Amino acid sequence: MRVGRGEQVANYVVLAVFAVLAVYPIVTVLVSAFGHDAGAPGGLANFREAWDVGHFGTYLRTSVVVSLIVVSVATVLSLLAGYALGTMRFRGATVLFYVFLLGIMMPAEAVVVPLYFDLRSLGLTDTVWAIVLPQIAQSVAFGTFWLRAYFRTTHRSMVEAARLDGASSWTTLWKVLLPPARPAVTTFVVLSFMWTWNEFLIPLVMVTDDSLRTAPLGLAFFQGQYTQGFTLLAAGAVLVALPVVIVYLFLQRHFIAGMLEGSVRE
Amino acid sequence: MSVTSRARRSAPPGEPRTIGWLYAAPALLVYGAFLLYPLIRAAQISLYDWDGLTVGTWAGLDNYRQVAQDDGLRSAFGHALVLMVFFAGVPLVLGLALAAVLNRAKVRGLAFFRTVVFLPQVIAMVVVAVAWRRIYAPDGSLNDLLSAVGLGDLGRAWLGDYALALPAVGLIGTWFETGLVTVLMLAGMGRVDRQLYEAARLDGAGPVREFFAITLPAVRGEISVALTLTVIAALKTFDLVYVTTKGGPGNETSVPSYEVYHQAFEVGAVGLACAIGVTLTVVIFAISFVITRLVERGDA
Repeated sequence: MRVGRGEQVANYVVLAVFAVLAVYPIVTVLVSAFGHDAGAPGGLANFREAWDVGHFGTYLRTSVVVSLIVVSVATVLSLLAGYALGTMRFRGATVLFYVFLLGIMMPAEAVVVPLYFDLRSLGLTDTVWAIVLPQIAQSVAFGTFWLRAYFRTTHRSMVEAARLDGASSWTTLWKVLLPPARPAVTTFVVLSFMWTWNEFLIPLVMVTDDSLRTAPLGLAFFQGQYTQGFTLLAAGAVLVALPVVIVYLFLQRHFIAGMLEGSVRE
Repeated sequence: MSVTSRARRSAPPGEPRTIGWLYAAPALLVYGAFLLYPLIRAAQISLYDWDGLTVGTWAGLDNYRQVAQDDGLRSAFGHALVLMVFFAGVPLVLGLALAAVLNRAKVRGLAFFRTVVFLPQVIAMVVVAVAWRRIYAPDGSLNDLLSAVGLGDLGRAWLGDYALALPAVGLIGTWFETGLVTVLMLAGMGRVDRQLYEAARLDGAGPVREFFAITLPAVRGEISVALTLTVIAALKTFDLVYVTTKGGPGNETSVPSYEVYHQAFEVGAVGLACAIGVTLTVVIFAISFVITRLVERGDA
Protein backbone atom coordinates (compact mmCIF):
# COMPACT_ATOMS: atom_id res chain seq x y z
CA MET A 1 0.00 0.00 0.00
CA ARG A 2 1.28 3.48 -0.81
CA VAL A 3 2.04 5.86 2.01
CA GLY A 4 3.66 9.27 2.03
CA ARG A 5 7.41 9.74 2.09
CA GLY A 6 7.30 11.20 5.59
CA GLU A 7 5.47 8.16 6.92
CA GLN A 8 7.94 5.86 5.17
CA VAL A 9 10.86 7.56 6.92
CA ALA A 10 9.04 7.49 10.26
CA ASN A 11 8.51 3.74 9.81
CA TYR A 12 12.21 3.11 9.45
CA VAL A 13 12.94 5.22 12.52
CA VAL A 14 10.41 3.23 14.56
CA LEU A 15 11.86 -0.05 13.27
CA ALA A 16 15.39 0.99 14.09
CA VAL A 17 14.50 2.17 17.60
CA PHE A 18 12.72 -1.07 18.49
CA ALA A 19 15.42 -3.23 16.95
CA VAL A 20 18.07 -1.42 19.01
CA LEU A 21 16.02 -1.75 22.21
CA ALA A 22 15.52 -5.46 21.54
CA VAL A 23 19.21 -6.24 21.08
CA TYR A 24 20.75 -3.74 23.51
CA PRO A 25 20.82 -6.01 26.61
CA ILE A 26 22.09 -8.91 24.49
CA VAL A 27 24.85 -6.80 22.95
CA THR A 28 25.80 -5.51 26.42
CA VAL A 29 26.48 -9.08 27.54
CA LEU A 30 28.26 -10.01 24.32
CA VAL A 31 30.58 -6.99 24.46
CA SER A 32 31.32 -7.46 28.17
CA ALA A 33 32.19 -11.11 27.56
CA PHE A 34 35.26 -10.06 25.57
CA GLY A 35 36.32 -7.40 28.11
CA HIS A 36 39.08 -7.39 30.65
CA ASP A 37 38.94 -7.19 34.45
CA ALA A 38 40.20 -8.89 37.61
CA GLY A 39 40.31 -12.62 36.86
CA ALA A 40 39.39 -12.20 33.22
CA PRO A 41 42.27 -12.16 30.71
CA GLY A 42 40.18 -10.53 27.96
CA GLY A 43 39.16 -11.63 24.47
CA LEU A 44 38.45 -15.24 23.62
CA ALA A 45 40.50 -16.39 26.62
CA ASN A 46 37.57 -15.29 28.80
CA PHE A 47 35.53 -18.16 27.42
CA ARG A 48 38.25 -20.67 28.21
CA GLU A 49 38.42 -19.22 31.72
CA ALA A 50 34.63 -19.53 32.14
CA TRP A 51 34.75 -23.05 30.68
CA ASP A 52 37.39 -24.23 33.20
CA VAL A 53 37.21 -22.00 36.28
CA GLY A 54 33.45 -21.37 36.09
CA HIS A 55 32.76 -25.09 35.35
CA PHE A 56 30.71 -24.12 32.31
CA GLY A 57 32.20 -27.08 30.45
CA THR A 58 30.54 -29.39 32.98
CA TYR A 59 27.24 -27.48 32.95
CA LEU A 60 27.06 -27.50 29.16
CA ARG A 61 27.78 -31.23 29.07
CA THR A 62 24.87 -31.90 31.47
CA SER A 63 22.61 -29.67 29.40
CA VAL A 64 23.56 -31.52 26.20
CA VAL A 65 22.84 -34.91 27.79
CA VAL A 66 19.52 -33.73 29.28
CA SER A 67 18.39 -32.09 26.03
CA LEU A 68 19.32 -35.12 23.91
CA ILE A 69 17.33 -37.51 26.11
CA VAL A 70 14.30 -35.24 26.55
CA VAL A 71 14.02 -34.24 22.89
CA SER A 72 14.52 -37.73 21.44
CA VAL A 73 12.22 -39.57 23.86
CA ALA A 74 9.55 -36.84 23.77
CA THR A 75 9.60 -36.80 19.95
CA VAL A 76 9.05 -40.55 19.62
CA LEU A 77 6.32 -40.66 22.29
CA SER A 78 4.57 -37.60 20.85
CA LEU A 79 4.67 -39.07 17.34
CA LEU A 80 3.01 -42.28 18.54
CA ALA A 81 0.34 -40.51 20.60
CA GLY A 82 -0.24 -37.76 18.03
CA TYR A 83 -0.62 -40.42 15.32
CA ALA A 84 -3.22 -42.30 17.38
CA LEU A 85 -5.22 -39.19 18.27
CA GLY A 86 -4.90 -37.64 14.83
CA THR A 87 -5.74 -40.59 12.58
CA MET A 88 -7.56 -43.26 14.61
CA ARG A 89 -10.97 -43.30 16.18
CA PHE A 90 -11.26 -45.12 19.45
CA ARG A 91 -13.29 -44.99 22.60
CA GLY A 92 -12.06 -42.26 24.94
CA ALA A 93 -9.93 -40.50 22.31
CA THR A 94 -11.58 -37.12 22.95
CA VAL A 95 -11.15 -37.35 26.70
CA LEU A 96 -7.53 -38.39 26.21
CA PHE A 97 -6.95 -35.34 24.02
CA TYR A 98 -8.30 -32.99 26.68
CA VAL A 99 -6.18 -34.67 29.32
CA PHE A 100 -3.03 -33.95 27.28
CA LEU A 101 -4.26 -30.40 26.63
CA LEU A 102 -4.43 -29.84 30.38
CA GLY A 103 -0.71 -30.57 30.61
CA ILE A 104 0.16 -27.76 28.20
CA MET A 105 -1.15 -25.16 30.63
CA MET A 106 -0.05 -26.83 33.86
CA PRO A 107 2.67 -24.71 35.50
CA ALA A 108 5.82 -26.51 36.67
CA GLU A 109 5.43 -24.59 39.95
CA ALA A 110 2.35 -26.66 40.80
CA VAL A 111 3.96 -30.07 40.38
CA VAL A 112 7.59 -29.52 41.29
CA VAL A 113 7.08 -29.75 45.06
CA PRO A 114 5.38 -33.20 45.19
CA LEU A 115 7.70 -34.38 42.41
CA TYR A 116 10.72 -33.52 44.52
CA PHE A 117 9.50 -35.42 47.58
CA ASP A 118 8.26 -38.45 45.61
CA LEU A 119 11.44 -38.71 43.51
CA ARG A 120 13.53 -38.29 46.66
CA SER A 121 11.82 -41.24 48.33
CA LEU A 122 12.59 -43.25 45.17
CA GLY A 123 16.25 -42.20 45.43
CA LEU A 124 16.08 -40.39 42.08
CA THR A 125 16.88 -36.83 43.15
CA ASP A 126 20.43 -35.77 42.31
CA THR A 127 20.33 -37.94 39.21
CA VAL A 128 19.85 -36.89 35.64
CA TRP A 129 16.48 -38.74 35.62
CA ALA A 130 14.95 -36.28 38.07
CA ILE A 131 15.65 -33.50 35.57
CA VAL A 132 14.77 -35.49 32.47
CA LEU A 133 11.52 -37.32 33.28
CA PRO A 134 9.34 -34.33 34.29
CA GLN A 135 10.55 -32.44 31.22
CA ILE A 136 9.73 -35.36 28.91
CA ALA A 137 6.22 -35.27 30.38
CA GLN A 138 5.91 -31.52 29.70
CA SER A 139 7.19 -31.83 26.15
CA VAL A 140 4.99 -34.86 25.44
CA ALA A 141 1.86 -32.92 26.41
CA PHE A 142 2.66 -30.22 23.87
CA GLY A 143 4.08 -32.66 21.29
CA THR A 144 0.96 -34.85 21.29
CA PHE A 145 -1.20 -31.76 20.83
CA TRP A 146 1.04 -30.42 18.06
CA LEU A 147 1.45 -33.66 16.08
CA ARG A 148 -2.21 -34.64 16.46
CA ALA A 149 -3.08 -31.32 14.79
CA TYR A 150 -0.63 -32.12 12.00
CA PHE A 151 -1.83 -35.71 11.43
CA ARG A 152 -5.45 -34.57 11.28
CA THR A 153 -4.58 -32.47 8.26
CA THR A 154 -2.97 -35.35 6.33
CA HIS A 155 -5.15 -36.94 3.72
CA ARG A 156 -7.08 -39.96 4.90
CA SER A 157 -6.60 -41.39 1.44
CA MET A 158 -2.86 -41.83 2.15
CA VAL A 159 -3.61 -43.90 5.22
CA GLU A 160 -6.28 -45.93 3.44
CA ALA A 161 -4.07 -46.59 0.41
CA ALA A 162 -1.32 -47.85 2.71
CA ARG A 163 -3.81 -50.10 4.49
CA LEU A 164 -5.05 -51.55 1.21
CA ASP A 165 -1.44 -52.28 0.28
CA GLY A 166 -1.24 -54.38 3.40
CA ALA A 167 0.79 -51.98 5.53
CA SER A 168 0.29 -52.29 9.25
CA SER A 169 -0.49 -49.17 11.26
CA TRP A 170 3.14 -49.21 12.44
CA THR A 171 4.56 -49.22 8.90
CA THR A 172 2.01 -46.61 7.84
CA LEU A 173 3.29 -44.22 10.48
CA TRP A 174 7.02 -44.58 9.83
CA LYS A 175 7.07 -45.20 6.07
CA VAL A 176 4.08 -43.27 4.76
CA LEU A 177 3.18 -40.47 7.18
CA LEU A 178 6.51 -39.54 8.74
CA PRO A 179 8.43 -38.36 5.63
CA PRO A 180 5.97 -35.56 4.76
CA ALA A 181 5.65 -34.71 8.48
CA ARG A 182 9.27 -33.61 8.72
CA PRO A 183 8.59 -29.84 8.97
CA ALA A 184 6.06 -30.36 11.80
CA VAL A 185 8.46 -32.67 13.62
CA THR A 186 11.34 -30.23 13.16
CA THR A 187 9.26 -27.44 14.68
CA PHE A 188 8.49 -29.61 17.68
CA VAL A 189 12.14 -30.64 18.05
CA VAL A 190 13.40 -27.03 18.07
CA LEU A 191 10.75 -25.85 20.55
CA SER A 192 11.29 -28.81 22.82
CA PHE A 193 15.05 -28.26 22.66
CA MET A 194 14.65 -24.58 23.55
CA TRP A 195 12.34 -25.28 26.51
CA THR A 196 14.57 -28.04 27.83
CA TRP A 197 17.81 -26.10 27.44
CA ASN A 198 16.34 -22.99 29.10
CA GLU A 199 14.44 -24.74 31.93
CA PHE A 200 15.42 -23.48 35.35
CA LEU A 201 13.02 -24.50 38.13
CA ILE A 202 13.15 -28.29 37.68
CA PRO A 203 16.98 -28.60 37.71
CA LEU A 204 17.15 -26.08 40.57
CA VAL A 205 14.91 -28.22 42.77
CA MET A 206 16.02 -31.68 41.66
CA VAL A 207 19.82 -31.53 41.93
CA THR A 208 22.29 -30.13 44.41
CA ASP A 209 25.35 -31.86 42.94
CA ASP A 210 27.47 -29.27 41.10
CA SER A 211 28.35 -31.73 38.32
CA LEU A 212 24.64 -32.26 37.52
CA ARG A 213 23.80 -28.60 37.16
CA THR A 214 22.46 -27.56 33.78
CA ALA A 215 23.87 -24.48 32.05
CA PRO A 216 21.22 -21.92 33.18
CA LEU A 217 21.44 -23.23 36.74
CA GLY A 218 25.23 -23.07 36.69
CA LEU A 219 25.01 -19.46 35.53
CA ALA A 220 22.67 -18.50 38.37
CA PHE A 221 24.99 -20.07 40.95
CA PHE A 222 28.05 -18.58 39.32
CA GLN A 223 26.44 -15.16 39.65
CA GLY A 224 25.96 -15.75 43.38
CA GLN A 225 29.53 -16.88 44.00
CA TYR A 226 31.51 -14.82 41.56
CA THR A 227 31.43 -11.16 42.43
CA GLN A 228 34.66 -9.80 40.94
CA GLY A 229 33.25 -7.90 38.00
CA PHE A 230 30.97 -8.84 35.17
CA THR A 231 33.31 -10.15 32.48
CA LEU A 232 33.48 -13.88 33.29
CA LEU A 233 29.78 -13.92 34.18
CA ALA A 234 29.03 -12.40 30.76
CA ALA A 235 31.25 -15.02 29.07
CA GLY A 236 29.30 -17.73 30.90
CA ALA A 237 25.99 -16.13 29.89
CA VAL A 238 27.06 -16.18 26.24
CA LEU A 239 27.96 -19.88 26.50
CA VAL A 240 24.53 -20.63 28.01
CA ALA A 241 22.56 -18.68 25.40
CA LEU A 242 24.61 -19.52 22.31
CA PRO A 243 23.33 -23.02 21.39
CA VAL A 244 19.68 -21.94 21.24
CA VAL A 245 20.51 -18.66 19.51
CA ILE A 246 22.45 -20.52 16.80
CA VAL A 247 19.56 -22.93 16.25
CA TYR A 248 17.17 -19.97 16.24
CA LEU A 249 19.10 -18.04 13.61
CA PHE A 250 19.13 -21.06 11.29
CA LEU A 251 15.58 -22.26 11.93
CA GLN A 252 13.78 -19.08 12.97
CA ARG A 253 10.78 -19.88 10.76
CA HIS A 254 10.21 -23.05 12.76
CA PHE A 255 10.55 -21.23 16.07
CA ILE A 256 8.16 -18.44 15.17
CA ALA A 257 5.58 -20.71 13.50
CA GLY A 258 5.59 -23.09 16.45
CA MET A 259 5.36 -20.42 19.11
CA LEU A 260 2.57 -18.62 17.31
CA GLU A 261 0.42 -21.48 16.07
CA GLY A 262 0.66 -24.15 18.64
CA SER A 263 1.87 -22.91 21.89
CA VAL A 264 -0.39 -22.19 24.76
CA ARG A 265 2.22 -23.90 26.86
CA GLU A 266 4.20 -20.96 28.21
CA MET B 1 -2.60 -52.42 -7.93
CA SER B 2 -4.37 -55.59 -6.91
CA VAL B 3 -5.53 -56.25 -3.44
CA THR B 4 -4.65 -59.77 -2.47
CA SER B 5 -6.89 -61.72 -0.17
CA ARG B 6 -3.99 -62.12 2.23
CA ALA B 7 -3.57 -58.37 2.59
CA ARG B 8 -7.26 -58.01 3.16
CA ARG B 9 -7.16 -60.53 5.98
CA SER B 10 -4.08 -59.14 7.77
CA ALA B 11 -4.99 -55.48 7.41
CA PRO B 12 -8.73 -55.03 7.34
CA PRO B 13 -10.06 -51.54 6.70
CA GLY B 14 -10.40 -50.10 10.17
CA GLU B 15 -7.96 -51.05 12.88
CA PRO B 16 -9.11 -52.79 15.99
CA ARG B 17 -10.40 -50.05 18.22
CA THR B 18 -7.97 -50.68 21.05
CA ILE B 19 -4.83 -50.09 18.99
CA GLY B 20 -5.11 -46.33 19.45
CA TRP B 21 -4.62 -46.77 23.16
CA LEU B 22 -1.51 -48.86 22.53
CA TYR B 23 0.06 -46.01 20.57
CA ALA B 24 -0.93 -43.41 23.16
CA ALA B 25 0.07 -45.53 26.15
CA PRO B 26 3.80 -44.68 26.41
CA ALA B 27 3.11 -40.95 26.24
CA LEU B 28 0.21 -41.23 28.65
CA LEU B 29 2.31 -43.21 31.10
CA VAL B 30 5.12 -40.64 31.30
CA TYR B 31 2.67 -37.74 31.29
CA GLY B 32 0.51 -39.36 33.95
CA ALA B 33 3.39 -40.26 36.22
CA PHE B 34 5.28 -36.97 36.04
CA LEU B 35 2.57 -34.34 35.58
CA LEU B 36 -0.92 -35.62 36.37
CA TYR B 37 -0.07 -37.69 39.43
CA PRO B 38 2.09 -34.92 40.97
CA LEU B 39 -0.77 -32.46 40.47
CA ILE B 40 -3.10 -34.76 42.37
CA ARG B 41 -0.41 -35.20 45.04
CA ALA B 42 -0.04 -31.41 45.26
CA ALA B 43 -3.77 -31.09 45.89
CA GLN B 44 -3.50 -33.80 48.57
CA ILE B 45 -0.41 -32.34 50.30
CA SER B 46 -2.01 -28.89 50.27
CA LEU B 47 -4.52 -30.19 52.82
CA TYR B 48 -1.78 -31.06 55.32
CA ASP B 49 0.50 -29.15 57.59
CA TRP B 50 3.81 -30.70 56.56
CA ASP B 51 7.46 -29.65 56.90
CA GLY B 52 8.77 -32.29 54.46
CA LEU B 53 10.53 -34.25 57.22
CA THR B 54 8.19 -35.36 60.02
CA VAL B 55 4.70 -36.78 59.69
CA GLY B 56 2.22 -34.21 58.44
CA THR B 57 -0.98 -33.34 60.25
CA TRP B 58 -4.36 -32.85 58.64
CA ALA B 59 -5.04 -29.15 58.13
CA GLY B 60 -8.15 -29.12 55.97
CA LEU B 61 -8.39 -25.85 54.10
CA ASP B 62 -6.11 -23.97 56.53
CA ASN B 63 -3.35 -23.57 53.93
CA TYR B 64 -5.79 -22.07 51.45
CA ARG B 65 -7.12 -19.79 54.16
CA GLN B 66 -3.56 -18.65 54.74
CA VAL B 67 -3.05 -17.98 51.00
CA ALA B 68 -6.11 -15.73 51.13
CA GLN B 69 -5.35 -14.00 54.42
CA ASP B 70 -1.58 -13.81 54.90
CA ASP B 71 -0.40 -10.31 54.00
CA GLY B 72 2.83 -11.47 52.39
CA LEU B 73 1.11 -14.06 50.20
CA ARG B 74 -1.68 -11.71 49.26
CA SER B 75 0.82 -9.10 48.21
CA ALA B 76 2.62 -11.76 46.12
CA PHE B 77 -0.59 -12.28 44.13
CA GLY B 78 -0.97 -8.48 43.97
CA HIS B 79 2.55 -8.18 42.53
CA ALA B 80 1.59 -10.74 39.88
CA LEU B 81 -1.29 -8.44 38.88
CA VAL B 82 1.12 -5.52 38.51
CA LEU B 83 3.44 -7.71 36.43
CA MET B 84 0.50 -8.59 34.14
CA VAL B 85 0.28 -4.91 33.17
CA PHE B 86 3.97 -4.93 32.24
CA PHE B 87 4.07 -8.40 30.65
CA ALA B 88 0.71 -8.34 28.84
CA GLY B 89 -0.90 -4.87 28.82
CA VAL B 90 2.00 -2.70 27.70
CA PRO B 91 3.35 -5.22 25.13
CA LEU B 92 -0.15 -5.58 23.65
CA VAL B 93 -0.50 -1.82 23.12
CA LEU B 94 3.07 -1.45 21.81
CA GLY B 95 2.85 -4.56 19.65
CA LEU B 96 -0.48 -3.51 18.10
CA ALA B 97 0.80 -0.01 17.35
CA LEU B 98 4.10 -1.25 15.96
CA ALA B 99 2.50 -3.92 13.78
CA ALA B 100 -0.16 -1.50 12.52
CA VAL B 101 2.53 0.99 11.49
CA LEU B 102 4.57 -1.70 9.74
CA ASN B 103 1.51 -3.21 8.09
CA ARG B 104 0.49 0.06 6.38
CA ALA B 105 3.60 0.42 4.30
CA LYS B 106 5.86 -1.92 2.39
CA VAL B 107 8.95 -1.86 4.57
CA ARG B 108 12.25 -3.36 3.50
CA GLY B 109 14.01 -5.56 5.99
CA LEU B 110 10.81 -6.70 7.72
CA ALA B 111 12.06 -10.29 7.94
CA PHE B 112 15.24 -9.08 9.61
CA PHE B 113 13.25 -6.92 12.02
CA ARG B 114 10.98 -9.84 12.90
CA THR B 115 13.97 -12.04 13.63
CA VAL B 116 15.54 -9.38 15.86
CA VAL B 117 12.49 -8.43 17.97
CA PHE B 118 11.64 -12.11 18.51
CA LEU B 119 15.19 -12.95 19.64
CA PRO B 120 14.56 -12.21 23.38
CA GLN B 121 11.99 -15.05 23.40
CA VAL B 122 14.61 -17.72 22.78
CA ILE B 123 17.27 -16.59 25.24
CA ALA B 124 17.34 -18.36 28.61
CA MET B 125 15.60 -16.24 31.25
CA VAL B 126 18.67 -16.55 33.47
CA VAL B 127 20.77 -14.86 30.79
CA VAL B 128 18.10 -12.16 30.36
CA ALA B 129 18.11 -11.61 34.12
CA VAL B 130 21.91 -11.39 34.29
CA ALA B 131 21.93 -8.83 31.46
CA TRP B 132 19.28 -6.64 33.09
CA ARG B 133 20.87 -6.83 36.52
CA ARG B 134 23.89 -5.27 34.87
CA ILE B 135 21.81 -2.54 33.20
CA TYR B 136 20.03 -1.73 36.50
CA ALA B 137 23.21 -1.81 38.63
CA PRO B 138 24.32 1.38 40.44
CA ASP B 139 27.19 1.68 37.93
CA GLY B 140 25.09 0.26 35.09
CA SER B 141 24.09 1.78 31.78
CA LEU B 142 20.66 3.03 32.91
CA ASN B 143 22.27 5.32 35.48
CA ASP B 144 24.96 6.29 32.94
CA LEU B 145 22.22 7.30 30.53
CA LEU B 146 20.47 9.41 33.18
CA SER B 147 23.73 11.17 34.01
CA ALA B 148 24.40 11.82 30.32
CA VAL B 149 21.10 13.67 29.92
CA GLY B 150 21.58 15.60 33.14
CA LEU B 151 19.22 13.54 35.28
CA GLY B 152 21.98 11.87 37.28
CA ASP B 153 20.13 12.70 40.50
CA LEU B 154 17.45 10.16 39.59
CA GLY B 155 20.05 7.37 39.46
CA ARG B 156 19.82 4.57 42.00
CA ALA B 157 20.19 0.81 42.50
CA TRP B 158 16.97 0.11 40.66
CA LEU B 159 16.42 -3.47 41.82
CA GLY B 160 17.11 -2.49 45.43
CA ASP B 161 14.62 0.37 45.52
CA TYR B 162 11.45 -0.41 47.49
CA ALA B 163 9.16 1.60 45.23
CA LEU B 164 10.77 0.85 41.88
CA ALA B 165 12.03 -2.74 42.04
CA LEU B 166 8.70 -4.23 40.91
CA PRO B 167 8.27 -1.92 37.90
CA ALA B 168 11.96 -2.54 37.08
CA VAL B 169 11.32 -6.30 36.97
CA GLY B 170 8.12 -5.62 35.01
CA LEU B 171 9.98 -3.64 32.35
CA ILE B 172 12.15 -6.68 31.68
CA GLY B 173 8.89 -8.49 30.90
CA THR B 174 7.82 -5.68 28.58
CA TRP B 175 11.15 -6.01 26.83
CA PHE B 176 10.88 -9.70 26.07
CA GLU B 177 7.13 -9.93 25.39
CA THR B 178 6.76 -6.96 23.02
CA GLY B 179 8.54 -8.78 20.19
CA LEU B 180 6.33 -11.84 20.57
CA VAL B 181 3.15 -9.74 20.46
CA THR B 182 4.41 -7.70 17.48
CA VAL B 183 5.22 -10.79 15.43
CA LEU B 184 1.83 -12.32 16.31
CA MET B 185 -0.04 -9.17 15.31
CA LEU B 186 1.93 -8.86 12.06
CA ALA B 187 0.92 -12.41 11.18
CA GLY B 188 -2.74 -11.59 11.85
CA MET B 189 -2.70 -8.29 9.98
CA GLY B 190 -0.96 -9.88 7.02
CA ARG B 191 -4.11 -11.91 6.40
CA VAL B 192 -6.42 -8.89 6.09
CA ASP B 193 -7.73 -8.35 2.57
CA ARG B 194 -5.95 -5.31 1.10
CA GLN B 195 -9.12 -4.29 -0.72
CA LEU B 196 -10.76 -3.50 2.60
CA TYR B 197 -8.14 -0.82 3.19
CA GLU B 198 -8.47 0.57 -0.34
CA ALA B 199 -12.23 0.81 0.11
CA ALA B 200 -11.85 2.51 3.50
CA ARG B 201 -9.52 5.07 1.93
CA LEU B 202 -11.91 5.82 -0.87
CA ASP B 203 -14.47 6.51 1.86
CA GLY B 204 -12.01 9.00 3.33
CA ALA B 205 -10.92 7.02 6.39
CA GLY B 206 -7.63 8.10 7.98
CA PRO B 207 -5.06 5.79 9.55
CA VAL B 208 -6.77 5.87 12.95
CA ARG B 209 -10.23 4.99 11.65
CA GLU B 210 -8.65 2.36 9.45
CA PHE B 211 -7.04 0.81 12.50
CA PHE B 212 -10.19 0.69 14.64
CA ALA B 213 -12.59 -0.24 11.83
CA ILE B 214 -10.57 -2.88 9.98
CA THR B 215 -7.27 -3.89 11.56
CA LEU B 216 -8.30 -4.31 15.19
CA PRO B 217 -11.37 -6.51 14.59
CA ALA B 218 -9.35 -8.66 12.18
CA VAL B 219 -6.71 -9.63 14.76
CA ARG B 220 -9.10 -10.61 17.58
CA GLY B 221 -7.91 -14.20 17.57
CA GLU B 222 -4.26 -13.15 17.70
CA ILE B 223 -5.00 -10.78 20.59
CA SER B 224 -6.53 -13.67 22.51
CA VAL B 225 -3.47 -15.86 21.92
CA ALA B 226 -1.10 -13.01 22.80
CA LEU B 227 -2.92 -12.19 26.03
CA THR B 228 -3.07 -15.83 27.10
CA LEU B 229 0.66 -16.35 26.47
CA THR B 230 1.80 -13.13 28.12
CA VAL B 231 -0.52 -13.27 31.14
CA ILE B 232 0.59 -16.83 31.89
CA ALA B 233 4.22 -15.74 31.46
CA ALA B 234 3.59 -12.98 34.02
CA LEU B 235 2.21 -15.53 36.47
CA LYS B 236 5.21 -17.83 35.98
CA THR B 237 8.09 -15.42 36.44
CA PHE B 238 10.03 -17.68 38.76
CA ASP B 239 13.51 -17.67 37.18
CA LEU B 240 13.44 -13.93 36.47
CA VAL B 241 12.59 -13.09 40.09
CA TYR B 242 14.96 -15.72 41.50
CA VAL B 243 17.95 -14.33 39.61
CA THR B 244 17.22 -10.58 39.75
CA THR B 245 15.82 -9.92 43.24
CA LYS B 246 14.98 -13.14 45.16
CA GLY B 247 11.68 -11.42 45.97
CA GLY B 248 13.34 -8.41 47.59
CA PRO B 249 13.92 -5.76 48.67
CA GLY B 250 11.79 -6.81 51.61
CA ASN B 251 8.88 -8.58 49.99
CA GLU B 252 8.42 -6.08 47.18
CA THR B 253 8.97 -8.33 44.16
CA SER B 254 7.75 -11.62 45.54
CA VAL B 255 5.32 -13.46 43.23
CA PRO B 256 3.29 -16.68 43.70
CA SER B 257 5.66 -18.85 41.65
CA TYR B 258 8.56 -17.65 43.78
CA GLU B 259 6.57 -18.21 46.98
CA VAL B 260 5.99 -21.87 46.00
CA TYR B 261 9.75 -22.41 45.92
CA HIS B 262 10.47 -20.23 48.95
CA GLN B 263 7.83 -21.81 51.21
CA ALA B 264 8.64 -25.41 50.21
CA PHE B 265 12.42 -25.39 50.09
CA GLU B 266 13.53 -22.46 52.25
CA VAL B 267 10.84 -22.11 54.92
CA GLY B 268 9.77 -25.77 55.05
CA ALA B 269 6.04 -25.09 54.74
CA VAL B 270 5.42 -27.78 52.13
CA GLY B 271 1.64 -27.93 52.55
CA LEU B 272 1.36 -24.18 52.16
CA ALA B 273 3.63 -24.25 49.10
CA CYS B 274 1.38 -26.86 47.48
CA ALA B 275 -1.69 -24.74 48.26
CA ILE B 276 -0.05 -21.76 46.52
CA GLY B 277 0.85 -23.97 43.54
CA VAL B 278 -2.69 -25.34 43.24
CA THR B 279 -4.16 -21.83 43.53
CA LEU B 280 -1.77 -20.62 40.82
CA THR B 281 -2.84 -23.49 38.55
CA VAL B 282 -6.52 -22.71 39.06
CA VAL B 283 -5.87 -19.03 38.33
CA ILE B 284 -3.98 -19.91 35.12
CA PHE B 285 -6.76 -22.24 33.90
CA ALA B 286 -9.42 -19.66 34.76
CA ILE B 287 -7.62 -16.80 33.01
CA SER B 288 -7.01 -18.83 29.84
CA PHE B 289 -10.69 -19.78 29.83
CA VAL B 290 -11.96 -16.25 30.43
CA ILE B 291 -9.70 -14.67 27.78
CA THR B 292 -10.79 -17.22 25.17
CA ARG B 293 -14.47 -16.78 26.03
CA LEU B 294 -14.33 -12.98 26.07
CA VAL B 295 -12.66 -12.79 22.69
CA GLU B 296 -14.98 -15.39 21.15
CA ARG B 297 -18.07 -13.65 22.42
CA GLY B 298 -16.79 -10.36 21.01
CA ASP B 299 -16.71 -12.05 17.61
CA ALA B 300 -20.44 -12.54 17.41
